[in-house]
Amino acid sequence: MAKMKFLCDAERCIECNGCVTACKNVNEVPWGINRRRVVTLNDGVPGEKSISVACMHCTDAPCAAVCPVDCFYTTADGVVLHDKDLCIGCGYCFYACPFGAPQYPSPQERAFAVRGKMDKCTFCAGGPEEPGSQAEFEKYGANRLAEGKLPACAEMCATKALLAGDGDVLSDIYRKRILRRAGRPETWGWEKAYGADV
Amino acid sequence: MKTSNNPARDGDKGRRRGRIALLAFLGTIFLVVALPLTGYLVVGETAAQAQQEAVNPLSEFWRGARQANEGYTAVTAPQANILITDSGQNWRQVRNGPLATYGAWLMILALVALAALFLLRGRVEIDNGPSGKTVERWTLPDRILHWYTAVLFILLAITGLSLLYGRAVLMPVMGPEAFASYAQAAIYVHNYLGLFFAIGLVLMVLKWLRVNIPKGHDLSWFLSGGGMLKGKHPHAGFVNAGEKLLFWTLAVAGLAILVTGVILLFPQLGQSRDVMQISQVVHAVASILVITFIFGHIYLATVAMKGSMAGMVGGRVDVNWARQHHDLWLKELEQHGVKPETASTKPEKESQQEPRPAAS
Repeated sequence: MAKMKFLCDAERCIECNGCVTACKNVNEVPWGINRRRVVTLNDGVPGEKSISVACMHCTDAPCAAVCPVDCFYTTADGVVLHDKDLCIGCGYCFYACPFGAPQYPSPQERAFAVRGKMDKCTFCAGGPEEPGSQAEFEKYGANRLAEGKLPACAEMCATKALLAGDGDVLSDIYRKRILRRAGRPETWGWEKAYGADV
Repeated sequence: MKTSNNPARDGDKGRRRGRIALLAFLGTIFLVVALPLTGYLVVGETAAQAQQEAVNPLSEFWRGARQANEGYTAVTAPQANILITDSGQNWRQVRNGPLATYGAWLMILALVALAALFLLRGRVEIDNGPSGKTVERWTLPDRILHWYTAVLFILLAITGLSLLYGRAVLMPVMGPEAFASYAQAAIYVHNYLGLFFAIGLVLMVLKWLRVNIPKGHDLSWFLSGGGMLKGKHPHAGFVNAGEKLLFWTLAVAGLAILVTGVILLFPQLGQSRDVMQISQVVHAVASILVITFIFGHIYLATVAMKGSMAGMVGGRVDVNWARQHHDLWLKELEQHGVKPETASTKPEKESQQEPRPAAS
């Protein structure tokens, strides 16, 4: 069974925020919510690195573990989704998530911890509503996976820094990339021995 | 040190043998430290400092990223500039692990212990029966304050425990939709009534602070188990030592609940996730502690002792009850010339019991 993953190549990401824009456009995410963001470490210093981060669809998801109403579920593709009809906006998933993925309509301005229904990256896989329905789109955004497409952020990425898809395929692509990063394959003798496609 | 060719045969040999063993031990310790240091005799002392500097900058870079180093992001959301942080996993393990497990056991064992106590001891009657004469124990403002805080406490305890244990206990019974609807209502009740409870708690602590200052006779109260271990009831003033313990638990743990509650309630104050994680744990631990104490409080005030509840309902208690449980306070009242009144003004509480003549 496939396990859907995101992989961001820090050597390629140029902090263009195209993924953030693509996500907002495709999912029509409400104002103030960013399901994806680009973080630049050592910004402005030679050797700075940028990484695009959103929900990573963890195998053992901390959000799902702490949710008081158990609104999270993992699809057959390994995508972590949640049911907004069950969500009570308690903020526990926001406390637990290592990646800061859970978003709320208004987490900063509202007193008494009224956060509203949590919103997060769905891997463009919609939610528990009928796939492709209007209700699904309004609550969770696009369901591109049901249409046989990959998440919009990765498909839009100009430098192909952000990859999305089955984990085995991603790691294969990434392995080939880093083998050739020095200009030629670093696996001495492999091309001769095993063919050009290492 | 005295030298001898044959120490084992000398008198006093036990002490000498012990001294040799000690010297051998200290010598070994010295050698363990000193021998490796002889390496510096060859290379010089400066070599020791030089190796501290050598770090791989790239490994430091990604280690920093893992340890929640801040970067730059165009997105404006709380802590959006942090790429990854581990603190949430720690919080998850504490909350779902020891906090939930030991918290549940503490409360369950407390209830079992109280049930066992009731089966063993039964209800404590008033010595010599009710006298029919009463003295005022809690004024109307006291009682209003108590019941205002008590009702809010029970609501907050039920809703709060529902958020911690509802998924395990209620959801399998109620189903996900019904439980989520209840939990949504529960979180609103908990969040909005919390501040009202805080007001009641603070007023209560301030108002009853003076009578709850520990006194010398409180120690003997504890030593006699509040009168349960020895036949004779220990001395107690207006508030006995057990009630003082409850008061100070409420004051300290309650203050912790209050402060952490405010931190959790107002995310717009700019606190980080780490602070909120710690606050949630402190909030839950302190709450479970207080809830456990309140189990005992409710048990003692209602089923365990006859005549205790009257003080907080009608405000007046029977003189014989007061003499039994709060003898020093009654003495104080008598010294101040307070005259007990006949219990006719109290309609419901003592009506079931036929008044008996006061034993003076």
